[in-house]
Amino acid sequence: MRYVYLTTFFVVVLTVGVLGFRGCTATKPPLEVFPDMDRQGKYRPQAESAFFADGRTDRPLPMGVVARGDLRADVALYQGKGPAGEWVRGIPAAITVDARLLQRGKERYTIYCAPCHGALGDGNGITKSYGMGATPSYHDDRIRIQAEGELFNTITNGKATMLPYADKLEPSDRWAVVAYVRALQRARAGTVADVPASHKAELGIK
Amino acid sequence: MSKLFPKSANRLPLQIIVYLFVLGGIVTAATTYYATPKYTRVGYAPVQPVPFSHTLHAGNLGLDCRYCHSNVEKSGHSNIPTAQTCMNCHSAIKANSPLLEPVRLSYESGNPVPWVNVHVLPNYAYFNHSVHIARGVSCVECHGRIDQMDVVRHAKPLSMGFCLDCHREPEKFIRSPELVTKLDWQHPEGVKGQIEQGKKFVHDWNVKPPQSCSGCHR
Repeated sequence: MRYVYLTTFFVVVLTVGVLGFRGCTATKPPLEVFPDMDRQGKYRPQAESAFFADGRTDRPLPMGVVARGDLRADVALYQGKGPAGEWVRGIPAAITVDARLLQRGKERYTIYCAPCHGALGDGNGITKSYGMGATPSYHDDRIRIQAEGELFNTITNGKATMLPYADKLEPSDRWAVVAYVRALQRARAGTVADVPASHKAELGIK
Repeated sequence: MSKLFPKSANRLPLQIIVYLFVLGGIVTAATTYYATPKYTRVGYAPVQPVPFSHTLHAGNLGLDCRYCHSNVEKSGHSNIPTAQTCMNCHSAIKANSPLLEPVRLSYESGNPVPWVNVHVLPNYAYFNHSVHIARGVSCVECHGRIDQMDVVRHAKPLSMGFCLDCHREPEKFIRSPELVTKLDWQHPEGVKGQIEQGKKFVHDWNVKPPQSCSGCHR
């Protein structure tokens, strides 16, 4: 009987030796002992398809097709242009400018713009120390005088080394970012006179 | 005859029964330990076509998760970023690195970089990223400290029991939605503060995580 227990013990040691412990790092895909319909013949986002020539399950829209609700006929709202093709000044009427919009703009700006343009909009984002070329400061007069529509267009289509951000920011979010950029510019130009009397004490100003 | 069955053979039936119990115990223990996603899935860290480091990008540089996974708030599926997302910076930074060759090829050709999927749910489980993000379930709850992973590693089991832990007691996990991508955030007042605030969120947002089958399976 001793030999039986000894053999059992070695089998256990061997099993643990081969299978290892929980949480060991492995490069091989997880075992699926019982398939249980885990992998089904249906299409999932960003997956591979053996049927379509380009091998993707995500289908691009055929040429000339406009998805329902995606006509984007409002040129000012979706392209930042006025009737004569000039850049619109101000935020289009379809967007309500309020504290919520600016808050949203700040959040989106921090995610998508601050890595290069910096939290203050001065072009000193984290990428600068890694060799990103000259990121312009929003506080240059060249950009201060740009119309809101032109800023919107820069986000939508990119400019110089900046690639388009239209895939990351919905048009309404782009306007929120434009509004926030304007707020950053206004803040940079602020003076002591702009501080309300009730908040002066917080800043140590008499 | 005495040679064939020595006296010790009298104890044999009992010994066999005891051994079978021991063996049964070992098999049960082994199954409990191994036949679970805690063993099969946790620790999966495939070799990717580009050695992208989340430690560098999300940890050191402080990029928000949503810079790349930009649809996570809008869509059930959290997207793998396009090659253009990489090129936003890498057209200027390390623009000639041989490690980034697959990204440049993808950007030029439009064919995807063949990233290897790490977190794959069974196809009958429908997880929606956007609703969880909107109700303050942080990325870290299911993916672990991605910002400390040079190579992404499957950190949590993502089993049904794992989902239900949170669906039964959401107050232990949910936080303010602005903090979902702050992977190192913990409630400053510890577990007690988390549960107190969590209960408030559960009440205010009317959080009722489904525990019925059809909540996740259809």
